Amino acid sequence: MRFKTFSSPHMAPARSVNRVMGQVLLALIPGTAAMTWYFGWGVLINVSLAVTVALACEALMLLLRGRPLTPHITDLSAVLAGWLFALAVPPLTPWWVTLVGVGFAMIMAKHLYGGLGYNPFNPAMVGYVVVLISFPREMTLWLSPSVIAELNLSLPQTFAAIFTGTLPEGLTWDMITAATPLDRIQTGVGLEQPISQIQTSPFFGYLGGVGWEWISLWFLLGGLWLLKRRVIGWQIPVAMLGTLTLLSGLFWLINPEVYASPLFHIFSGAAILGAFFIATDPVSASTTPKGRLIFGAGVGALVFVIRTWGGYAEGLAFSVLLMNMMVPLIDHYTQPRVFGKTSAGKEG
Amino acid sequence: MTATPHKLWQFHGGVQLPEHKAESTTEPVAAAPLPRQLILPLRQHIGEAATPVVKRGERVKKGQIIARSDTYVGAHLHAPTSGRIALVGDQPVPHPSGLSAPCIVIEVDGEDDWGDSRMPPIEDYRNIDPVKLRNRVRDAGIVGMGGAAFPAAVKLNPRPHQKIDTLVINGAECEPYITCDDMLMRTQAEAVIAGMHLVRRALKPERCLIGIEDNKPEAIRAMTEALGSEAQDNIRIVSIPSIYPTGGERQLVRVLTGREVPSEGLPADVGVVCHNVGTLAAIYRAVVLGEPLISRLVTVTGSGVHRPRNLQVYLGTPVADLIALAGGYTDDVERLIMGGPMMGFALASDAVPIIKGGNCIIAARAADVERPGPVMPCIRCGECVKTCPASLLPQQLYWFSRARDFEKAQEYSLFDCIECGCCAHVCPSNIPLVQYYRFAKNEIWSQERERRQAEAAKQRHELRRERLQREEREKAERMKRKQATTQQTATTATTAHTGEDPKQAVIRAALARAQARKAEQAGENNNENR
Repeated sequence: MRFKTFSSPHMAPARSVNRVMGQVLLALIPGTAAMTWYFGWGVLINVSLAVTVALACEALMLLLRGRPLTPHITDLSAVLAGWLFALAVPPLTPWWVTLVGVGFAMIMAKHLYGGLGYNPFNPAMVGYVVVLISFPREMTLWLSPSVIAELNLSLPQTFAAIFTGTLPEGLTWDMITAATPLDRIQTGVGLEQPISQIQTSPFFGYLGGVGWEWISLWFLLGGLWLLKRRVIGWQIPVAMLGTLTLLSGLFWLINPEVYASPLFHIFSGAAILGAFFIATDPVSASTTPKGRLIFGAGVGALVFVIRTWGGYAEGLAFSVLLMNMMVPLIDHYTQPRVFGKTSAGKEG
Repeated sequence: MTATPHKLWQFHGGVQLPEHKAESTTEPVAAAPLPRQLILPLRQHIGEAATPVVKRGERVKKGQIIARSDTYVGAHLHAPTSGRIALVGDQPVPHPSGLSAPCIVIEVDGEDDWGDSRMPPIEDYRNIDPVKLRNRVRDAGIVGMGGAAFPAAVKLNPRPHQKIDTLVINGAECEPYITCDDMLMRTQAEAVIAGMHLVRRALKPERCLIGIEDNKPEAIRAMTEALGSEAQDNIRIVSIPSIYPTGGERQLVRVLTGREVPSEGLPADVGVVCHNVGTLAAIYRAVVLGEPLISRLVTVTGSGVHRPRNLQVYLGTPVADLIALAGGYTDDVERLIMGGPMMGFALASDAVPIIKGGNCIIAARAADVERPGPVMPCIRCGECVKTCPASLLPQQLYWFSRARDFEKAQEYSLFDCIECGCCAHVCPSNIPLVQYYRFAKNEIWSQERERRQAEAAKQRHELRRERLQREEREKAERMKRKQATTQQTATTATTAHTGEDPKQAVIRAALARAQARKAEQAGENNNENR
């Protein structure tokens, strides 16, 4: 009897790209649900819109590039990129901002570089930075969780806000939007107000801002689940949050009235989301174990620097992109010692 | 038992695989009957192929040497049974290439007659002289039975500067499906232990560590029993965690001794020699029973056969016969593999024979072997980095191999890859990584070969040019010398006014003849022109 031959190994692999991406998406659900709870339907509408745009762009680009639709459209990487973008923008972001951001992410940052696996920069963060720089006003439309809870905007009202820019009778944008806790700290410190005084405002909770701290905790839960399932490695989240804690702790000990506490840094903004879901994007992050520690530490340090002395209240997207740029260099210098050799590339 | 537990070390990476070992261990080991024909490839391991010493039509006895290998890294080939040589020529052999190679085919006469070919049994084997032992192992054609089939006598002969303090016995059998070492230890533990004592005579190690994966409790029990009261701190059976590829030589040495075999070195460089349990049993049989290596235990398993089991098989038995003994193929059999599922190679046909290193035959169904999805781009997830037992960066090696950047691939230690397949097994993108590394290695080897050939050709060319120049020079010198002597004689002749010497006369005569011929030719030419 004759058989077809194949190269070893002859055991079916245990993992697949869409299972990896699928688990990441699953882990995003608690945090996304918490965000919806505090900021209203806008979060869900943004996620749905961004995912739809991402899939449409993915399909379009695959067609233009003459690539098969099936394995790529179902690998869930486009869904993940769209979802992460939607979590980064304010809950009532106008629809066209999402369109531009996600479109840029998928077309320019992903497919023009060769598609899945070939993009040197995190597509969701590229898209976010593009809209952050291009439409600064729209990007500051963060809502106040307490006001939203009081108003309880209905689904149709939220739809109208996002797609037509109109708010229900008697409401103005000024009434419902509010600076984020990170913004407040940055502005306050800029005005030489002591942090203890800034934090007496009702926008601040136990760890970070009201609502924000809980959202972070739910994202943390998802992230820990990913760690436990070994979908992501521990190096990047630990190095990033560790460095952020260390740096902010150091400055906080020096002067707690000018520098916010480590707890505040960790549980505000996108620190947790970034550490577990964004900086860990395997394609654009470092791949060596040591390299991932350096990559994570770099993101953490840059986040602290930008938040404390930079022009933006949150610096995660910039930090990730800047470190993406460093990846080839990091990977080159952090090759592990090969078994039986004294150092990388040298005979033992 | 031993007093203190043995300290275990770890190697980087590795994977936990579904074992699939229980399928083939439920039935006792059976002896496969003699087939009609035995096919014995002349090359069964690295190094030179053996040279046939029998001719077509010749009758051979069981145990008779039919092909010799007198190089250091070589092993003789013996007739597994008595019969007539049917053919000395090319036959399909079990090799990844699927090509044919020189073989000796024996038509079995069914008498299984030793004649006087059996080597004399050595009764007092416990006091055997190391040189005698090595010669016996050589004469018996024994090679490593774990799959690599490296001639065993070489590993009983450490170089003078190498102090061997540890003998590692490999009973790990870490690849899924394979159970022949397990069954061997269960059923022939005494032979293995006796073989170990023989090897100890040759190497004189301070300690002896028998590593068996903890998924083989019965083998561990049988071996412990066979070792009996001889178990001491310096001879011990060590149960090791079942992590693939812990049975790889370098990995096992690391786990048991904590030593790292240098990248381009051998275990002997760190004072260790490693033998497989099957090799030890073969050594025992050669010394105590006088039997050369003519049969081996083979696991025939997989979901593609009806009755997975272990068989004692005459070398040269066609795989198809073993499949029949294992209940035949299932209807949906898809792939036939020699060796384990991780490092074995797929056979193109079941007409090929079992060779010395052939420990396992797997008949697999599509669901066991097929990639679950299409090959996707590498997403740099780094799972392969986590599992690589050589601490390489498989994703980078893949990248360089794909880009044919072989220099860079070598810089990233491509040749430290043992092709264990861990990276490909964990790859979420389904990339056949090992295939890329094999491709890159082969390309580098063939480039190297071409370079060497080109160099040899260049050398030949230069030598030829030099030779021609030398000849030219010598000719010129000869001419000069001759001229000089002629002139001298001429001068002497004119100055001395003596009569012509005979030599001079001959030359003059020849010159005259030549001139005459020239004149004649010139005349003819003139005639023609007219």
